[in-house]
This record gives sequence, structure tokens and C-alpha cells, in this order.
Amino acid sequence: MDTSRLTQKNATEWVLEPHGTMRVPGVLFADEQLIREMDDQVLDQVAGVASLPGIVTAAFTMPDAHWGYGFPIGGVAAFDAHKGGVVSAGGVGFDISCGVRTALTKMHVDEIRPKLEKLANLLLARIPAGVGSTGTLKLNAKELDDMLTGGAAWAVQRGFGTARDLARIENHGCIAEAEPAQVSQNAKSRQFDEMGTLGSGNHYLELQEIVEIYDEKIAAAYGLRVGEVAVSLHCGSRGLGHQVATDFSKRMVAAAARHGIALPDRELACAPIHSDEGRAYLGAMSAAINCALANRQILLELVRRTWHEVFRGVDMELLYDVSHNTCKQEEVAVDGRPQRLWVHRKGATRAFGPGHPELPPELRAVGQPVLIGGTMGTASYILAGTTESATHAFSSACHGAGRAMSRTQALKRWQGRAVMDDLAHRGIEIRTSSYRGIAEEAPGAYKDVDRVVAVTQAAGLSRQVAKLIPLACVKG
Amino acid sequence: MSEILYWLPACCLKHHLQDMVDGGWRTLKSGNVKHWEHFEHKADIGIRGYGATPPAAFAQCALALTAVSTDPAQVAPRVPVSIACAAPELDALLLDWLGALLLEMDRRKMLFSRYEIQIAEGKLTATAWGETVEPARHQPAVEVKAATYHALAVRQLADGSWLAQCVVDV
Repeated sequence: MDTSRLTQKNATEWVLEPHGTMRVPGVLFADEQLIREMDDQVLDQVAGVASLPGIVTAAFTMPDAHWGYGFPIGGVAAFDAHKGGVVSAGGVGFDISCGVRTALTKMHVDEIRPKLEKLANLLLARIPAGVGSTGTLKLNAKELDDMLTGGAAWAVQRGFGTARDLARIENHGCIAEAEPAQVSQNAKSRQFDEMGTLGSGNHYLELQEIVEIYDEKIAAAYGLRVGEVAVSLHCGSRGLGHQVATDFSKRMVAAAARHGIALPDRELACAPIHSDEGRAYLGAMSAAINCALANRQILLELVRRTWHEVFRGVDMELLYDVSHNTCKQEEVAVDGRPQRLWVHRKGATRAFGPGHPELPPELRAVGQPVLIGGTMGTASYILAGTTESATHAFSSACHGAGRAMSRTQALKRWQGRAVMDDLAHRGIEIRTSSYRGIAEEAPGAYKDVDRVVAVTQAAGLSRQVAKLIPLACVKG
Repeated sequence: MSEILYWLPACCLKHHLQDMVDGGWRTLKSGNVKHWEHFEHKADIGIRGYGATPPAAFAQCALALTAVSTDPAQVAPRVPVSIACAAPELDALLLDWLGALLLEMDRRKMLFSRYEIQIAEGKLTATAWGETVEPARHQPAVEVKAATYHALAVRQLADGSWLAQCVVDV
């Protein structure tokens, strides 16, 4: 990125001053290296977001930001419904409520290692993953609507996990604003047989070893100990969410024109929050969030059942479940005064600091777990929301490494089998149905997650708690 | 406007991975060279089709869509699926066409490799032929989540042929 258009505020914060149609500044959190490696298009997209009606404070990007559609990936923007604020399908993204869930086995890696190959094989066999996969659940129309209303709580009622899990999910596993009636029949038709499926691409199921603790107090509250093994899932709202986003992207292009909103880019398509289209999208998008939460709840239970085939009687506690493609109404402080705003996070993780009322009592003193996925060959991180992050970017943090290279380039550079062999030499078991998918997702195609996380902490967006490295990974 | 893309057996197509990324070339009886290709996007992938007419370019673009997931030459055109959509502008029609294909691919768990398309007065009617996904044989790399407005274009080139393209979210 050409930084000549930016003002550097400090080592990790860069400002794009308002110009042209921008209503607020753009604020980019990154160090010098990350900002220079960032695409120039990110800056144009930040300017576009900052031009939308009702935007409050600034259009933000996280340290893992890269070029997206309309909104950059790693973008955060909040809108005031009472000041003509908008909601944008492009500001949430096509995989609504894509997110990460981490559970703790409380088992030491030395107990797992001898059974690792068997576990990896069983997980590949038991967890539906990849293009064209279907779940064992087949829902009828009423059950689908119940799922869209109930989210993870619905899955618990169906026997997937326990009520104890719900406290460890954003919004306690269910968005109350969901309106299944706003979800098209096309979207619903994609989901009747896709519950409990992992998907493909950068989605994964990974066994991870906790190798480093940075903050003993928070780690103790989270139940993290060096040498113990965690299980992390990365996936979203599957076909239903993709279709909701597709449906409303089109509707919002028309709605923006009808409401007199000039769009520099059709991917910025949006509608006033207080409009029929805006309300319809929020109802459908909230239903899709519930779909993602139910999906990850089912997947975790499938992992638990598989685990029990190898380690009988071993419980697996959910640490937390975060979503990084959402728009939610949250109470935030603007110039020291609380306001209810609609916060878009597209490739950004909610990161509530200590004392936030939504956090379960046992986590409230230390802040929300922020789960950052790496690649199948690099570290993942657990961070904690901080008090100061509320004043930076509406309590938001990065979501992962972010791609540094296109899939086309990756495919030219790596071969899937060779990537798997290389990882196997490092003791990481990879299971997949597609070698080509492994090549496209090669660890080298991503940014340096260690740096992204370090800058996220340096910028005050979240605090590093623990580092985890992969032991086995199932890719779709 | 009407176009039939004749499916060719796998042995007639280049189907090494490298060739697939760079596009599949084929010549029809008319002598028109038609092809598709992928173009760069950091997180996702661009799909582009060329043809003598808009329907031909739409068909090639659809092949490029299949190629995001797998080698189209490995997809047998066994089962026909009817598709219809409408939009006043050609670029919006391309988006609807690709969106309709993605919907059918997902709910039927199919991949497509042959397309017959008619476009008249803003309405597209088509038949797509394909088969159910078989992971072991197709080795599908990634499912496409959506076709986007990003780099969306349908336009006539200087030589009179047509281009149809957009970036897809994976």
C-alpha cells in the first residue's frame, strides 16, 4: 500500500483523513510492515465504507485486513439507525456468521500423540466435510424454521451438546431478532441436509496443542494449560447463509437507488436500517447467524462423540464460540456516551473487555475469549478482549492470518501431496478429500499470523493469552 | 441469441492442473475459438469466459465456475437441469445465471460441464448438464459461496467476440 495518503498516528494506527464523499475518517490498525503489504484497494474500500450514511466515528480495519468486496475483509463499521444509518449485506459477507469455536479436552498431548493418527482418521470419517457433503440430520420445513429461530439452543434441544455450552457462545447461542420468514425458499432449500457440515476452502477442524501462555491469570480463568490439547472448528452458515447474502446483495442494490444512496461500488449495496429492506435483511441475516451457531454446535457434538470412541469418559468443555462475519446491535461508547449502534464486522472478531454484561460470570473479570485461527501449518491464538478495545474499534479484533497470495498463485507454487508430506514430517496429520484444496490453502499463502496477533495486542485491540500449534487438521 | 456448448470427452481436453488454471481452449465446427480462464483476486478467484455471442461467453464463464472446484473435463454431463432467470442488463443477468447455477449445484450436490443457453429480451433459459459430486473422482477443491458484483462485466471486444466475468467468493 502506498502510505502517502495516510497519517501515521502511532506505531500501529494509521488515519485516512476524510476527503471527497467520506463522512468520517478511515482508521487502519497495522504496523509499518503490515500496512505496506496491504493491498491499495483496501484504502479505496475504507473510503467507500466511510462514505455510507449514518456511519459513526470511523471506518476501521484490523491488522489482517485485505481487499474484499465493497467492505474490506477485516473491516469494522458501526451505523446509527436514528441518523439514517444503513445495514449492508456486503458489510457482513457471503458466509454469514462464519466463525471459530474452541473446546478444551483437558488431556495432555502425550496421551493424545499415540492415538493421533487414529483420531484424525475417525474425524475425517465422522465429520461431513468438503464440496457436496451432507449431514446426517434431514430437516423438514418446520424444523428448519425452528433451527433458524433457536440457533445453538435448538441444537442442544435436539441432543447436540448441553445447556452449559450456550453460555460460552456469543449472544448465548441465539439471536432473538431472527425472522425465518425473511429467508427465501431458495436459501432454505440449500440447508435441509447441510446441518452439521464443515464446508470447504479455509474451513477446518483442528486438534491443537497449547504451547505457550502469555497471561497466567486470564489463561487460568479460561482453563488453558501448556501441553493440553484443544479442538477448534472454523465454519459458518453453509448454503443458507450464502443464499441469504446473494438474495439481499441484489435487493440492496435496488434499495440503495430507491433511497437515494449513491454507491461508489455495487458491493457496498445497503439499505437504511429503518426501511423494509433493512429490517428484512436483519431478520434474515440474524436467522443465518442462528444457522451457523446451530451448525457449529452440532459439529462440536460430533467431535465429542468421535473423541469418546477413542477416549471413553473424557469430557470436552467449550471455551468459546466467536463469529467474524456479522452485523449486530450493540451498546457502544461514542465520545464517552453509550449508544445503540449496528456494528458490522466482516472478517473481524467481537472482543468484549472485562466487565461486559454479556459475558458469563466466570469470564466477566477477564474479558471475552477471542479465537484467532491460523493455517494448518502455523499457530492459532487465544486472546482476550480489553477495556481499551471498546474505545478503539467498537470492541473488535482481527480474525485470522488473512491471505497473502491468491488461490491461483498458490496452486502454481505448491502441490497438495507435497504440502501434506511436509506437514507430516513436522508431526501434523492432515486429512482431506482434495489435494488441490490443500495446495490452495498452503500455509505459505497466508500472512504471518504471529505478526498479525502481535500487532493486534500492540494496538490495544486484544491481549494475547495463549498460543496453540496444530497436531491434526481435517480440511473440507 | 442461442448457443450450445458441445461437451468434449476428457481425452480431448487439456486437463493437467496447470492448464486448468490457465483456461481450457476448444474450437467449435464454426471455427470460433472459445475459452475460459481464471484471473487473480487475493482472497478469492475471478472467472472469465469468452465467446462469439453473450450466451457462448456465459457458457464459458460457467465452465470457469466449475473449474474453481474441479476439472470440468472430469464431470460427465449425464443429468440435465433447467434454469431460467431474468434481468434487464447483461451483467446483472450473468450474476443471476451464475447464482442460479450455484443454487442448483448446492441443493442437488452436482457439478456441471455442459450448457445450452438462450438469451432473449432480458430472459435467460438454459439447460445445464452434470452429475452428482463424487469426492474421490472429482477431488473438488472448494465450494463457491457466491458470484459477486466485483469485476462484474459483460462486454463486446474489439474483434466482435464477447467477454463475461466476475469474482466469485470461495
